[in-house]
Amino acid sequence: MGASSLMAQESDLESLKRSLRDQQKIIESLMRKVEALELQQAAVTNRPVEPRNIATALNTNAAPAGAGEIAKRWSPSDPLRLIGSAQNYINLSFDALLAAGSSTAQDIEALQPGGHDPKQRGFTVQNLETVFEGKVDPYFRGQANIVMSITPDGETIVEAEEAYLESMALPWNLQLKAGQYLTEFGRINPSHPHTWGFVDQPLVNNEMFGGDGLRNPGARLSWLMPTPFFAEIGLSIQNSQGETATSFRSAGGHSHGGEEEEEALPFALRHPDNDRGVRNFGDMLFAPRFQTSFEATDAQTVLLGTSAAFGPNASGAAGDSRTQIYGVDATWKWKPVNHAGGFPFVSWQTEAMLRRYRAGAFDWDENGNGAVDDGELVDLRTGLPASFGSETLTDYGVYSQLLYGFRKGWVAGLRFDYIWGEEGDYEKFGKSFNGGPAFTTDPLRDSRWRVSPNLSWYPTEFSKIRLQYNYDDRSHIGIDHSVWLQLEFLLGAHAAHKF
Amino acid sequence: MKIKLILFALLAFAGIAQAKLNVVTTLTDFASIAEQIGGDKIKVSAIAKGSEDPHFIDAKPSFIRLLNQADVLIEGGAELEIGWLPPLLNNARNAKILPGAKGHLFLGQHVKLIDLPTAPVDRSQGDVHPSGNPHFWLDPENARAIATAITELLTCNDNANAAAYETNRKRFVDQLDKKIGEWKKTLEPYRGTKVVTYHKSFDYLLNRFGLELVSTIEPKPGIEPSATHIRTLVPRMKEAQVKLVLAETFRSKRTPEYLAKETGARALFLPSSVGAVPQAKDYFSLLDYDVSQIVSAIKAQQ
Repeated sequence: MGASSLMAQESDLESLKRSLRDQQKIIESLMRKVEALELQQAAVTNRPVEPRNIATALNTNAAPAGAGEIAKRWSPSDPLRLIGSAQNYINLSFDALLAAGSSTAQDIEALQPGGHDPKQRGFTVQNLETVFEGKVDPYFRGQANIVMSITPDGETIVEAEEAYLESMALPWNLQLKAGQYLTEFGRINPSHPHTWGFVDQPLVNNEMFGGDGLRNPGARLSWLMPTPFFAEIGLSIQNSQGETATSFRSAGGHSHGGEEEEEALPFALRHPDNDRGVRNFGDMLFAPRFQTSFEATDAQTVLLGTSAAFGPNASGAAGDSRTQIYGVDATWKWKPVNHAGGFPFVSWQTEAMLRRYRAGAFDWDENGNGAVDDGELVDLRTGLPASFGSETLTDYGVYSQLLYGFRKGWVAGLRFDYIWGEEGDYEKFGKSFNGGPAFTTDPLRDSRWRVSPNLSWYPTEFSKIRLQYNYDDRSHIGIDHSVWLQLEFLLGAHAAHKF
Repeated sequence: MKIKLILFALLAFAGIAQAKLNVVTTLTDFASIAEQIGGDKIKVSAIAKGSEDPHFIDAKPSFIRLLNQADVLIEGGAELEIGWLPPLLNNARNAKILPGAKGHLFLGQHVKLIDLPTAPVDRSQGDVHPSGNPHFWLDPENARAIATAITELLTCNDNANAAAYETNRKRFVDQLDKKIGEWKKTLEPYRGTKVVTYHKSFDYLLNRFGLELVSTIEPKPGIEPSATHIRTLVPRMKEAQVKLVLAETFRSKRTPEYLAKETGARALFLPSSVGAVPQAKDYFSLLDYDVSQIVSAIKAQQ
């Protein structure tokens, strides 16, 4: 009994010693950890600590995170860390698009008609775009693109380019968009300049939709069709007046300063006072679009679309003539299934458009005295005030562009532009205005073609440097050469790219 | 209108006839684990292909249709899909799978992410993910948490098959435990082997099996190496006695092979996702393949 109890005591002593040794080891390892943590802490506190944002402080369930906060290195004793910052009410980004270059043309502003094209020799601030984007509530997403640019005169222009909400969860595969937005017509019109493959806007877009594209307040309903492949059909109803509705109830092209307005007038002789407001539903702009997409192979994607825009225009005295624009677009992209960083790729994109513009009858002898007065256009054949009959003007335009991402960050591009129109009766005779010569061929409908090779380098997804050459041939004006260097930078929220 | 109605009716009928939970994942790896747990009760499709660079997937319109049909969506999160998933989800017109809905799962919330920035992040540091390294699926221990999260997701959206999902999860985890044991044993002799990777895509795998990451070919995440960076990397690799240069299968062969040649290391192009090579048919065979490739590459040098 005694011996066994002694043995038991000894073994107890042994186990006590052992557990003491184990504890000593644990303490030592903990000391090491504490030291390491202290070192880390010192490293962290040497940096300026930014204030925790209120949302994080209030929402104690959410993990501390976010760009403005110092995240602690994870250690096994820490609670599991959740992804993302505690609040994500708004994604904010700023994109700047700048250009520098020169051209042989004297009239660079007319040569480069896009609202955000390079506008002069030397430097142009093309597009400073601030984007606010986020989920409004469980039903809607909201986005606003506020764009600034600086005119050749040095004036800063601010445009509320887009500000719309878009439903995310309507039943029956429907989606509603409402607000101020770029009309979904083709590929270029609904997209912003910094996403384009070239320094400037395709000529056909300028001819049909003006320098800043077709955009107005309105609403759009679209339906994702229950087909095995992607097919979407949508109808947009927007206001048809104003400077961002060229071809419709707009007195002229988009003007960044005022001079352009007069230059723009001859196009089908739109009356500048012809903004008579909306009389009925038919005075709205209707823009349907159908698009479908499929994968030809794992590496090849095809997107085909057809769009139209119907609405009243501002020509004639009665103000009841209408415009129809039809467009088709095709996009093909090859990107191998083992791409790295999205390269290499080849993409080809083409849009063709047709416009039928009903020019209303207009008699320049507005006071009806049969004699030439100041401010009346004169028909040089008769020497009397000009009188135009009603006629349909037909214009065409196409661009085709190829982009080849040949190594990571490097893209070579080639674009071909061509616009032309059928001569209207109003262009068949000489005219004079206030004693001076006036147009014969309408400069806004004259034919023109352009070839633009370029090379772009994207150091990262957030910056871009692009060099482009334009060979321009304008009927009645001649050939011009232009070279533009473009620079882009993006701050803020990571851009997500639509196809 | 009549045709539309008929189409709707047909589709509704097809839906009832199938009655399988339609699961869409961003990556093939998540799809593979979902398949193991869902078995024949679910239909799984992945958006990205295993051979692709997961940061740069094209937002193809067909994916809008795919997401429109989904009952549940499984994404990695931690900004892995930030460049392409948001516009797809915005246009999918499917409330079931929007973030916050019961059909949406961020897997990154269920695992321990590494490489958390220790100081405020800005883009001069490259494309650092402020939430941590999003390539977490290559740590097989994380597959346990992924399996649990997916089981919860499937159960929550299809409670009728809850028992089947739980049985499958147990089977998956049992097999995973067995496999982790095998992989650990296989790689144990090579613990401490020095490695250079192209991007920070293999950190989770290396950490788990005790291989040591010395540096990356990219000087900063997402930034392509300059000649200067490569020149400074060579002596560092020699000094550290780097044995392996690891890159995903989609990376250009040139730089890893050059570095290997200059330093006596071995360049190895490993699949980082299921389907990147024919051998990586599912999650287990992906790791089987990666582990065996690493071992034979190290052995070939001895």
